[in-house]
Amino acid sequence: MQKLQHLLWRFGFGPRTKSWDKWATLPEASWWPKLKEEALPEPVYFDVADSAVKGLLMGVGQLGKLEREDLGKDEKKEIREKSRENIKSLNLHWIEEMTHSRSQLREKMALFWHGHFASRNFNVLYQQQMLHVIRTHALGNFGDLLRGVSKSAAMLAFLNNQQNKKQHPNENFAREVMELFTLGRGNYSETDIKEAARAFTGWGFRLNGDFVFRKPQHDGGNKTVLGKTGKFDGDDVLDILLEQRQTARFIVRKLYKFVVNESVIPDDRINWLADRFYQSGYQVMRLLEDIARSEWFYAPENVGTKIKSPVELWVGIRRALPIEPDNPEVQLLLQRALGQVLFYPPGVAGWPGGKNWIDSSSLMLRLSIPQMLFDRRDFDVSAKADDDQQMGQGDRGGGRRRFGATIDWQPVSDLFRSVPEKDLIPRMADYLWTSSTQNLPVKVLEQHTDHSDRSALVKSSMIRLMATPEYQLC
Amino acid sequence: MLIKRRDFLKTGSLATASLMLPQFLKAMEAPGALTPNGKALVILQWSGGNDGLNTIIPVRNDIYYKERPRLGIKRENALGLNSETGLHPALTGFKSLFDNGNLAILNSVGYPNPDRSHFRSMDIWHTASPAHEYWQTGWLGRYLDAQCSGAAVRRTAGCSSSALEIDDTLSLVMKGENANGLALQDPKKLFNTARNPYFTALSGAHGLHTEETPVEYLYKTMAETLSSADYLYEQSRRKPTGATYPDNELGRNLKTIASLILSDTDTSVYYVSIGSFDTHINQEMQQKRLFEQISSAVDAFVGDMKAHGKWNDVLIATFSEFGRRVSQNASGGTDHGTANQMFFMSGALKQHGLLNPLPDLSDLDDGDLKFKTDFRQVYATLLNNWLGTDANTVLGMPFDLLDFV
Repeated sequence: MQKLQHLLWRFGFGPRTKSWDKWATLPEASWWPKLKEEALPEPVYFDVADSAVKGLLMGVGQLGKLEREDLGKDEKKEIREKSRENIKSLNLHWIEEMTHSRSQLREKMALFWHGHFASRNFNVLYQQQMLHVIRTHALGNFGDLLRGVSKSAAMLAFLNNQQNKKQHPNENFAREVMELFTLGRGNYSETDIKEAARAFTGWGFRLNGDFVFRKPQHDGGNKTVLGKTGKFDGDDVLDILLEQRQTARFIVRKLYKFVVNESVIPDDRINWLADRFYQSGYQVMRLLEDIARSEWFYAPENVGTKIKSPVELWVGIRRALPIEPDNPEVQLLLQRALGQVLFYPPGVAGWPGGKNWIDSSSLMLRLSIPQMLFDRRDFDVSAKADDDQQMGQGDRGGGRRRFGATIDWQPVSDLFRSVPEKDLIPRMADYLWTSSTQNLPVKVLEQHTDHSDRSALVKSSMIRLMATPEYQLC
Repeated sequence: MLIKRRDFLKTGSLATASLMLPQFLKAMEAPGALTPNGKALVILQWSGGNDGLNTIIPVRNDIYYKERPRLGIKRENALGLNSETGLHPALTGFKSLFDNGNLAILNSVGYPNPDRSHFRSMDIWHTASPAHEYWQTGWLGRYLDAQCSGAAVRRTAGCSSSALEIDDTLSLVMKGENANGLALQDPKKLFNTARNPYFTALSGAHGLHTEETPVEYLYKTMAETLSSADYLYEQSRRKPTGATYPDNELGRNLKTIASLILSDTDTSVYYVSIGSFDTHINQEMQQKRLFEQISSAVDAFVGDMKAHGKWNDVLIATFSEFGRRVSQNASGGTDHGTANQMFFMSGALKQHGLLNPLPDLSDLDDGDLKFKTDFRQVYATLLNNWLGTDANTVLGMPFDLLDFV
């Protein structure tokens, strides 16, 4: 039971109460094949961009508007304002997908890559295009993913590569590609960055988000990157980076932290995984399979020891306790207050994760969420303003918001139908916690649950068990 | 009367949660724990990038008026500091502090390779990292780490009430490797969240564990929060300030800080933000409105501190993540720039007034001001000279100290 929980939490957003029975009756050997199979379908493109935005960006080619400079001030303003709203929809759309999709493995890995390829871009079309690249290649070939993201308008704009020209190279893009996407700090020199930046000159995008190579801006001369010399362009540099075993090690280590353990990271294990990942030509699914099929994946130090990110926590609650929020936008405020807003990573390095999620206020809020939902209590937390997002015009997202939801208790009571009342709390804890329930404070839970009838007991036990430090872990 | 946290924990009778306190929190009061030197630092963050050139105004500078035909503040409207320099007309409270020798202005503070993105530049100010490095801890968080590392018992979350952010959520600046500051809008609200009997019972039943596993980290943070909530609530009610503060967010926040200072809590750092200064459009109205709030709230706070003999023990420092470009834009505003001034206010300044020359508008970097003082020198000065900590440990490298405190 605990093993299956572990697998479903690390390679998804935890079990869905409605389908838990189906999983729990399967033999262990078929868990991974099922996860894998359910993630096979191509992801559906989330198209949330306002038709006016798309009209301005995509439908104007025939009017000769291809570049950003062709847009007027009012048009830019309209795009910015509509994008701000549309990116909220994109966020909520993805949350729904994480909650309801059978492709748990794909969406979970997409969340990993979303943090790895962190980008802030205030144009919804570019954001939804890049998200689609990430979701499409999340389980495929890392090289394709790297190339797709590097050529996306969102990333090129975010890392200023439109300003990277032969006469005035801008190193930002080349630096982040090496430091954050492939090699990691300390595995390249400043000269490598300068040379790689020259190779990326001319990489840009059209108004509609299409990648474009602007030959006149490209520096066609010789470059020397990581010991290789040639008249390289951006694609050549990405090839050179993928040839480095360090890239496999860097990615494996980061993914190991996300999937297995944030602090205990044995070098020999990373090397073993990285060698196989490299030899497979960067097949992400093969890497995940190596992890999921290993014995150490289920070792005690790896189970129930990872602090859920705010998005993991929230989506996990929604899967365990089928709920429809009264006001879906409160989910955005929740993300802000807990420190993880999709599409607004705190920096180019993504979300730091682990203990960084936890401080006094974020922990107390996390612990209060289940009860707030249940009581339909007001959400009375102001999140910090984000000036990059709001251009000085934003509010702090404060004030009281109704934080209620319609909870569908049927699947929960069905799941525990045959459990005698006296066993209910321990059995529910086994279902909700991935960490050990050895120290389950049964007495405290009995005192703080509603024993007036069975239904009240089921509900209050669920709520209380979710409002624990243990439930913050997976 | 100063009730140290030690005594509070010993009596443990003030409110519910303390009765159930795990042992490790009491261990926190072992020798080596935080012993405040009685000084409080109040950091006032001006979020959004304040336009420094319209804050400290070079009233004799032709370039300034040429670059800002619409936004430039006329000499006769500015509050004169000296023959060359004026203060934004809404900062009347700052003018009296200046006249009394309680205000110091450090111009052209910044860092090499300035970043013009709000979150990135704010990150750099919060973590005190070089512009090309991404750090995951804030300088005040590391201050807490340094303060809390002395005792034999490792107290993962044991020092939080010594640095408080007056807000619902905690900024990166307050997060350390092992210790975090505490965010609270006001002590009562925190107390109301924390006094949930279920949480208290959970925390009590969990008891003492010494392993450093994630679950223990969460239980420690929880116990520490419940304890701090009790402590701060009970303590802040001992001597709530009776002074009148302006009825706006900053006024309320500074009033909360005043009550905590007057009640002798063990807090040495307070952090509070106001914004948005991101004035791409309609700058005049927006900056004036914010400055009026700041000026009146600071004025009330300073009066309150003076009335209780605390003004020599309190230092207010202000900063913004960047300044703005020298030229106005076409929308009645200014765009993201670089270096900016910082203000320091206290009854105990060793130097006051203008600490260094105004920015040189004839020597710009692509239309932006050049920085002359690294902001980490300011941090080092605050840490060493005001908080009495070894700045090198906190900042990771040595910086030349300044002399204003």
